[in-house]
Amino acid sequence: MDKKEIEVLQILEKDAKTTTEMIAKMVDLTIDETSSIVKRLEENKVILGHSTLIDWSKVSGNDGVTAMIDVKVTPIRGVGFDKVAERIYRFPEVKAVYLMSGAYDLSVSIEGKTMAEIGRFISEKLSTLDSVVSTTTHFILKKYKHDGVVFDEGEDDRRIVVTP
Amino acid sequence: MKLGGTQSYETYLSDTVKQLKPSGIRRFFDLASKMEHVISLGVGEPDFVTPWNVIEASYHSLERGYTAYTANAGLIELRVEIKNYLEKFFDVDYDAEEEILITVGASQAIDLALRAIVNPGDEVIIVEPSFVSYGPSVSLAGGVPVSINTRSENEFKLQPDELEKSITSKTKAIILCNPNNPTGTALTKVELEQIAQLIDKHDLVVLSDEIYAELTYDYNPTSFSSIEKMRERTILISGFSKAFAMTGWRLGFAVGPKEIIRSMLKIHQYTMMCAPTMAQHGALEALRNGRESINQMKQSYRQRRNYMVKSFNEIGLSCDLPGGAFYVFPSIKETGLTSEQFAEQLLVSEQVAVVPGNVFGESGEGHIRCSYAASMEKLQEAMNRIEKFINNL
Repeated sequence: MDKKEIEVLQILEKDAKTTTEMIAKMVDLTIDETSSIVKRLEENKVILGHSTLIDWSKVSGNDGVTAMIDVKVTPIRGVGFDKVAERIYRFPEVKAVYLMSGAYDLSVSIEGKTMAEIGRFISEKLSTLDSVVSTTTHFILKKYKHDGVVFDEGEDDRRIVVTP
Repeated sequence: MKLGGTQSYETYLSDTVKQLKPSGIRRFFDLASKMEHVISLGVGEPDFVTPWNVIEASYHSLERGYTAYTANAGLIELRVEIKNYLEKFFDVDYDAEEEILITVGASQAIDLALRAIVNPGDEVIIVEPSFVSYGPSVSLAGGVPVSINTRSENEFKLQPDELEKSITSKTKAIILCNPNNPTGTALTKVELEQIAQLIDKHDLVVLSDEIYAELTYDYNPTSFSSIEKMRERTILISGFSKAFAMTGWRLGFAVGPKEIIRSMLKIHQYTMMCAPTMAQHGALEALRNGRESINQMKQSYRQRRNYMVKSFNEIGLSCDLPGGAFYVFPSIKETGLTSEQFAEQLLVSEQVAVVPGNVFGESGEGHIRCSYAASMEKLQEAMNRIEKFINNL
């Protein structure tokens, strides 16, 4: 991938709202060149989507719970971990699934309304899968930083207004 | 007649200090700091906070009790790192023991260099528009600042023939700032070599302020001292403020021939003792493990520069693409306003602070300095406001 494409990706990863016009100016391309780069990256599924980072703890009436579950599984002959991972990530409440090195195999992140709801999902859906050997669940108590963004950063500019 | 009585303090103040003009930036700062919701493009420092690993290393040094003075010239480990850094990125070789001095910001290095070389009446050439401290520093050292104006039609690049015209029998030194504050102009190796020939011919000392050298965007920077025959007459000045985002740490350095550095060290040991110890420990980490952060910041600056130059030209204020630093210096002549009128009216009507070009010397008139050390979001909002301001004129 060429340098300009990577630069476009880095800009969009940092702020998906950056307009094509703005990106074009920043990376010194025409608007047409920039939009065709973005289009191509979308078609090739390099860019998979755009989401908004929200601090839900500030939204009243939205007290959700997030858990990270360490899952040990028995890999299935021929398809390894992929088939089990798919059985898990198809559930809409599952937000992320990663194959891990180390003490367990899959790291599953799941969101629910209450701890009880997550508990039900684990005991009824996750642990009952044939390949799943064991699960260890960790509930997230507070989010400090997510995807490179600090949640309560405070003042963003500490400089005085005019300096030589 | 005693102090505190009816007698004016004027009588007691030094004549040299009384003759110094207060910086034009000061007046503008007073105006801007009283206003709310100002977007400032007037700041001559990075918007980035110092990289965390540097802050952490400084904490750690404090925890271990490194709170005493260091050697006058600075921590030897830091001088060795600076030696390696200059060798790797600027292709110059200096002896860590005798040719490198750690200072309180590049500003102190400039002051020391001038005091070490200037005799009363010596002329020091300053290339304007220039950083506001050079002239006063020359005067305080007992010298006479001599300005050369550069022009927008030459992209504010120093022209060798104009330099030659300014050299007299009293000329001792020249201060070069490359890339330049406020214009962002960066001179290429070839352009520096042409200047070097004249400097050699007239046997001048060069104070090469390379504080923005890391922030050169389109080619690798050339250190003045790497040019043939220039090492023996160059005091290379740089520091951690700009590329490393460490302005408040106040840490810079001067490197040069050992006879000159030794003289600067003499002044430094009597007037400053040493640069702050915790800052020196932070700087060590910055040189050892700071490259990735610098590259990321540099990429952001380059994108913002491109954005600013295109946006200014689009709204009808002609603006060259500066090769370095984090300033653009667009022309506002089209508006018919002076740079002070423009800056003041823009501040009052749209709450955008820029610095009028004339504070950097008379050749800066007709221009404004806009720092793009601000987030893209702020730059975009500032440009929208400037456009609105222009359209309402």
